[in-house]
Amino acid sequence: MIGKTHLSLLALSSCLLATPVLAQSVNLYTTREPALLNPVLESFTKDTGIKVNAVFLKDGLQERIRAEGANSPADLMLLVDVGEINAAVAAGITQPIRSETVDKVVPAQLRPDNNWVALTQRARIVIASKERVAQDAITYEELAEPKWKGKFCIRSGQHPYNNAFFAAYLAHNGEAKAESYIKALRGNAARKPGGGDRDVARDIQSGLCDVAIINTYYIGLMSQAKNEQKGWFDAIKPLRTSFAGGGTHVNVSAVALARNAPNKDNAVKLVDYMLGEKAQAVYANGNFEYPVNAAVKDSAAVQLLGPVTPDSLSLSEVARHRKPAADLVDKAGFDS
Amino acid sequence: MLGAALILLPLAALVGSALSLRQAAEIWPHLAAHVLPTALIQTGLLLAGVGALSAAIGVGAAWLVTQSEFPGRGALEWLLALPLALPTYITAYIYVEFMGFNGPLQGALRAATGWRSLREYWFPEPRSLPGAIVIMALVLYPYVYLSVRALFVVQSAAIIDAARTLGAGRGRLFRHVGLPLARPALAAGLILVLLETLNDIGASEYLGIRTLTLSIYTTWLNRGSLAGASQIACVMLLLVFALLLGEARLRERRGFAISAQPGRIAARRRLGRGAGMLAALACLLPVLLGAVLPVGFLIAETLRLQRLAGLDPALLGQLGNALLLAMAASLIVLALGFGIAAAARRGQERFLRLLARFAGLGYAVPGTVLALGVLIPVAAIDNLVADTLRRWFGREVGLVLIGSGAALLVAYAARFLAIGINGIESGLARIPRRVDDAARSLGAGGGVLLRQFYWPLARPAIATAGLLVFVDVLKELPATLLLRPLGVETLATTVYGHASRGVFEEGAPAALLIVLAGLVPALILARIRPAQKEP
Repeated sequence: MIGKTHLSLLALSSCLLATPVLAQSVNLYTTREPALLNPVLESFTKDTGIKVNAVFLKDGLQERIRAEGANSPADLMLLVDVGEINAAVAAGITQPIRSETVDKVVPAQLRPDNNWVALTQRARIVIASKERVAQDAITYEELAEPKWKGKFCIRSGQHPYNNAFFAAYLAHNGEAKAESYIKALRGNAARKPGGGDRDVARDIQSGLCDVAIINTYYIGLMSQAKNEQKGWFDAIKPLRTSFAGGGTHVNVSAVALARNAPNKDNAVKLVDYMLGEKAQAVYANGNFEYPVNAAVKDSAAVQLLGPVTPDSLSLSEVARHRKPAADLVDKAGFDS
Repeated sequence: MLGAALILLPLAALVGSALSLRQAAEIWPHLAAHVLPTALIQTGLLLAGVGALSAAIGVGAAWLVTQSEFPGRGALEWLLALPLALPTYITAYIYVEFMGFNGPLQGALRAATGWRSLREYWFPEPRSLPGAIVIMALVLYPYVYLSVRALFVVQSAAIIDAARTLGAGRGRLFRHVGLPLARPALAAGLILVLLETLNDIGASEYLGIRTLTLSIYTTWLNRGSLAGASQIACVMLLLVFALLLGEARLRERRGFAISAQPGRIAARRRLGRGAGMLAALACLLPVLLGAVLPVGFLIAETLRLQRLAGLDPALLGQLGNALLLAMAASLIVLALGFGIAAAARRGQERFLRLLARFAGLGYAVPGTVLALGVLIPVAAIDNLVADTLRRWFGREVGLVLIGSGAALLVAYAARFLAIGINGIESGLARIPRRVDDAARSLGAGGGVLLRQFYWPLARPAIATAGLLVFVDVLKELPATLLLRPLGVETLATTVYGHASRGVFEEGAPAALLIVLAGLVPALILARIRPAQKEP
């Protein structure tokens, strides 16, 4: 019986054996869904002849690269949340990206020590019912006011997007204020926090709530939808959102170079390529994000939502407050 | 021994990581005060609800289709297995759409009443504990149904006929004969239902239930504490351990062996018209809600996508990968399961019997945690091999086990071995001990016993277990996502990719293919009958 097992293992090995790592290739581990990357990756391959092998992972990307160790095929990791990125750097699985293009194109605060390099930014803002809400601007602090009681919707407080948002709030206002803020938000919630970001738009359309928190690119994607989601989009309007006396909470999608990258040169070439005007326009517009390359004007996101002023708080500072923010969310019973 | 290694390897890695870090100690007061109480209560309620509802549907339907004759019975008998082909998270997504504000039900309600917004009326919300219970039970009840039905089909007609002769009515027959007879099969099916519920992440997260599994994830990801997460997982395993121990006790206290030759199958009683319609309706309802409605939704979305953009040709490759992995994993699990179950029956080694009892542990660990448990030791072996070959032969082979998909198969085997062992064991349990004794007294060795008696007599059970594993691997997501080689996509990972962009509908064709690929085995499953051997 054991012999049989070995046989089937071997047979499968030979069938499944992944494409051998060619000299001209680069291996990308990504937590962003490949459908959003493919247009850029395909044009990169067309322009340079370098093949991109992308594997879409979610939880455990960092652990996989760490376990694969010195022989890991990973060259680049593309991550969609600053917490994930900082954790990867802290885990020692990255190395700085040395590239003139990066230094020239990306503002320093979006590439701390070049350990990671942001590709796009997105904002986490408030949307409101077109019908039932008159105001066009709001502060995050306002959401905790009693006038929104039973009218506010949000996804789980432990989701990385909200975790980063609460971390930013905590970094701005300190623990005591953040705790009462999180409790007050929960008190205002029309339903138990849950579902996805788009669900809050549906809940506004259905009349369940009047205001909700959402990532900007979902608004863009819903505006293009050819199904009922278009109806959700039509029911909402984005509000100009900021911290009182600050800017809008933003997060990034970013790349980091794997410490043991076997195709380091190709990896850097891909990073440079993704920062170019052409790729930035394709990648950022495809997903309604704000490009980091300032030369790309009038992105789809700006056209739809207007320009955004990112909060002055550094993303690394936000990432440092993630753990205590997660604790506060538990303490407030936010998700129960 | 390979089987033992498979079960123990990820568990050892789990315990190892639970012990390895001191930081974990700091978060326990917080977890104990704010996370675990809610998680334990919600998990407990979810388990109780899903268990009770699955048992009710599964046993009820199995009794009806095996004991009585009513319109549509033949078709319903196999249709009842269908919901199993759907991954729980897909059914959950579909119900949120279907019952949602823009879904057909609320749409019709508003059209009929003139109401415009949810503030004017109340509508059941699938994103709730009761919603989660119903949705998960609708997907998982076939585990109970299949296992109990198989038992009702083969149980000696003599017992039932005797009870009937003694004047037992249908109700008494069910309570005093059917239920007690069904107990071991019910327990076997129910264990699978409960373990699936316990390790689920996709559906319960989407429906907003704060389960233990979810708190393992948030502890790991938001607090960056894999150690803390492993510790919660260990606590959870203790609960499962207690559950399995209880079931084992229950099974060992009574002998359940029935004749090796099933002989006559009890005649089904024809129901009157009213009762017949009721019975048909009762069996139709879980099929409609668990299979027809979600599959209909997937078909509609697939057709819509095809009209809009055409279907992605890559789907075929993904289907191929999924089928290949599912087949390989089923074969491995069957080989190991048969070996362990047969050895455990013959009582060769206490160790093996223990192992057979607790293989369920692999099934109970949340998928990603189990995958991490496989990843770490397997990657270590891979690196050793790669470094050695480089040093001695100057050859670059890369990571052989991970790169070939073998690591993924190890994870599948560790996860689903329980299905193999439990299923095959319950098949072997039908063979009376005297068969073993007689064979041995005639001088037959272990090999002969295995080939000539266990294999043919337990073949239906083995096939059932194999098909269950096949369907489960097709649906499996977390381990597939984490351990698949570069450039390999399966149907499940494709569905997940779309869902995590918030456009679940675009994954409909891949989801439909999972269902179709799982449908074939589900149909075969329902048709499997014990081999009618010549006397």
